[in-house]
Amino acid sequence: MTRLAYYPGCTLKTNARNFEESTMATAEALGVELVEPGRWNCCGTVHALAKDDVMHHLAPIRNLIRVEELNAEGSVDSKKVVTLCAMCYNTLKRSNQVFNQDSDKRKKIRDIMTKEDTQYSGGVEVIHYLEALKEQGWDKVAAQVKKPLKGLKVAPYYGCLLLRPRGIGIDDADSPTIMEDLLKALGAEVVSFAYSQKCCGSYHTVHMREVVADLSHKILKQAEVAGADMLVTACPLCEYNLGQRQTQVKQQYPSFNSIPVVYFTQLMALAFGLGEEATAFEANRPEPTPLLKEKGLLE
Amino acid sequence: MICLENNDEMITIFVMGKKHRVPGSLTIMKAMEYTGHQFRRGAGCRGGFCGACATLYRKKGSYKLEGALACQKIVEDGMYIAQIPFSPSEKKTYNLNELKPDAPTILEYYPEVSRCLACNTCTKACPQDIMVMDYVQASLRGDIEQAAKLSFDCLSCGLCAVRCPAEIVPYNVGQLARRLYSKYVVGPTQHVLDRVKEVEEGKYDEEVKELMNMPLDKLKVKYNTRDKVEE
Repeated sequence: MTRLAYYPGCTLKTNARNFEESTMATAEALGVELVEPGRWNCCGTVHALAKDDVMHHLAPIRNLIRVEELNAEGSVDSKKVVTLCAMCYNTLKRSNQVFNQDSDKRKKIRDIMTKEDTQYSGGVEVIHYLEALKEQGWDKVAAQVKKPLKGLKVAPYYGCLLLRPRGIGIDDADSPTIMEDLLKALGAEVVSFAYSQKCCGSYHTVHMREVVADLSHKILKQAEVAGADMLVTACPLCEYNLGQRQTQVKQQYPSFNSIPVVYFTQLMALAFGLGEEATAFEANRPEPTPLLKEKGLLE
Repeated sequence: MICLENNDEMITIFVMGKKHRVPGSLTIMKAMEYTGHQFRRGAGCRGGFCGACATLYRKKGSYKLEGALACQKIVEDGMYIAQIPFSPSEKKTYNLNELKPDAPTILEYYPEVSRCLACNTCTKACPQDIMVMDYVQASLRGDIEQAAKLSFDCLSCGLCAVRCPAEIVPYNVGQLARRLYSKYVVGPTQHVLDRVKEVEEGKYDEEVKELMNMPLDKLKVKYNTRDKVEE
């Protein structure tokens, strides 16, 4: 069993419990123990772009300190930390880069965190669960597949934060293949579509629903035109905007056909045959179960 | 009355900017009384439990703004002191019976929690050494149990709220978390239910009546010789 530090992030404990539950089950099946630190805080949500905004780096750096503590006490095998939420991944990784590359900011961050028990060394490596899977090898993932997702046409949706900016993203920013490789290993049929990296509207969902519904409609429609049965994502905010927001999309575009959106880990759990608790489809909107039953993938 | 130890060294402190000479062994509260201040607000139990005497101070030559309970902190030479007798805060009213123990409840009543930057200033300000930032963060992600347990020793003195750059009032958030925790996570305990029933059935009516009618001098003796529960 490999023991890896795991940073959940707030959404994984609230709206995206299905993402966490399916991840935990699939990691266990692959012989990976994901170890959550006893203490952690919000990742900082959204990387601070303003040059003088050092304060916003404190939250992510603090979480990296918690990872170093886990490593120092021998609870994990390396200084890697696995993230699931694309926002957490992006925020933690970018702050880590700032800390290691910008000595002025590093000094300021340390000065603000003065008189605290631990200081950050800069040595943590932030990775996404998809990268951890790739590192294990797609053949190892394929070896766990009990029920190949035969006949299921899946469109991988990356959004922004998994791929951009260059040097931070988990794959090539223009033509990524990591989710495609995973879906192939699970036996699904990959559907590529033009808007797989288009922004879902992000936090506009709070105060400009119609903008998000408009963007979601474009993305979902494209996936449907390309022949997809469903979309997969690695971001709770994308899942919300593309999935839960479909009620709003339907109001704005009455001819719109709803299409399920699930986390990539949920399809892994399904293909691995890990059961209902692991797939945790009940929280997804629109519900993916009727489609999966129709395809003979669920009883 | 203030009792001074023999040969107590006199030091200089500044109360609201005014210089005073006081014995160096006194607490901030006693030192302020020594200089002639009278506490009408900002003093309560004088034992470090009630949280009424939050005080901000700076030490001589230090850039750091620090906080303490005036009844607990001993004065130091060159200390600048400002008492915070009251910390204005927006305290929400809610019906506990209608709430759910989760993050949306916390955010509905105290939405500013989502502005927490994890700067840890609150934790550094806390005279009770509570991990304030950690319980604010726990409540943000709906971990009501951790928020309740971490904030358990809070006295609501208000120093965290005074210092928070995100204008969160952590002690109100902690109190909501503890109420949610005891109502929905722990639930009612049998010994409390039993005792409430006893009270309602009038088991203690006689005893209470006797106390109510007791002359003051006898009441004082009874109070001073009462049974104390050992900690």
